Amino acid sequence: MGLQALFFYMFAFVAVASAFMVIAARNPVYSVLFLIVTFFNAAGLFLLTGAEFLAMILLVVYVGAVAVLFLFVVMMLDIDFAALRSGLIEHAPVGALVGLVLAAELIIVVGGSTLAPEIASNAAHPIPPIAERTNTAALGDVLYTDYVYFFQIAGLVLLVAMIGAIVLTLRHREGIKRQDISAQVARTPATAVEVVKVKPGQGL
Amino acid sequence: MTELLGSYIPIAIFIGIALVIGIALLIAPFAVAYKAPDSEKLSAYECGFNAFDDARMKFDIRFYLVSILFIIFDLEVAFLFPWAVSFHQLGWFGFWSMMAFLFVLTIGFIYEWKKGALEWN
Repeated sequence: MGLQALFFYMFAFVAVASAFMVIAARNPVYSVLFLIVTFFNAAGLFLLTGAEFLAMILLVVYVGAVAVLFLFVVMMLDIDFAALRSGLIEHAPVGALVGLVLAAELIIVVGGSTLAPEIASNAAHPIPPIAERTNTAALGDVLYTDYVYFFQIAGLVLLVAMIGAIVLTLRHREGIKRQDISAQVARTPATAVEVVKVKPGQGL
Repeated sequence: MTELLGSYIPIAIFIGIALVIGIALLIAPFAVAYKAPDSEKLSAYECGFNAFDDARMKFDIRFYLVSILFIIFDLEVAFLFPWAVSFHQLGWFGFWSMMAFLFVLTIGFIYEWKKGALEWN
């Protein structure tokens, strides 16, 4: 238990500290990097509770993809961050309200499971003991059969995201020569080379 | 539970050793390296020019498109992992459900291919 508690406090402390640095860092690029540290430590916390799959997906999707996207947004938008930061005090009440709502939700969830501990066993698919079924497998057992509609809707949402991104951002510039590989491969000596008989002294 | 976490001990040791080596290599130059800084050595070097402007500049929106498309296929692969792990329990329905999912995303893939979103010109 001692080692587990040690790792818990390490992950929790670093997560809270780097989450604070996300909002405290002056340079927005540093903010994003601190956000990545926060994601890593949240993954460690998930791992400590036994949610292996969630921890690994957090690393793959959030650290690997979403954080890179954030970095892109921060780098791409040429915003004057000093001007953005000057509104910190005016916007503080809104931020405090959002934080309050989140805190209330956490209290409701934690309080609910403390007041009624039997609520977790009423789930349609209770979590199997980790010794007999890993949670990746337990997720796979129900996701593709019992929850097939949600799974297919997820696929459609991804399709919409893909098409939306292309429609919104893809612009073909005119007058640019593009490589057409099939046309190159289909070329034969007959279409590529022309043999011309040149009479002496006349030129072409 | 504890045996699950026990299987991660080697990874923790690995990360610990990697941290020690990395931090040692970061700190060692401060301790041993010879330093004689002047303003020319410390200024930004841009291949013989004076530095033009800030390193932060707008760049092409197409980088963003590539990374969005990357995220979408990343998520698609994330859905494949549990499917592969519990493949024997799923039966034919689970198999075809995944095939339908992949088919929908393949439509998107063909769309982006035909639109030329993967080309860089």
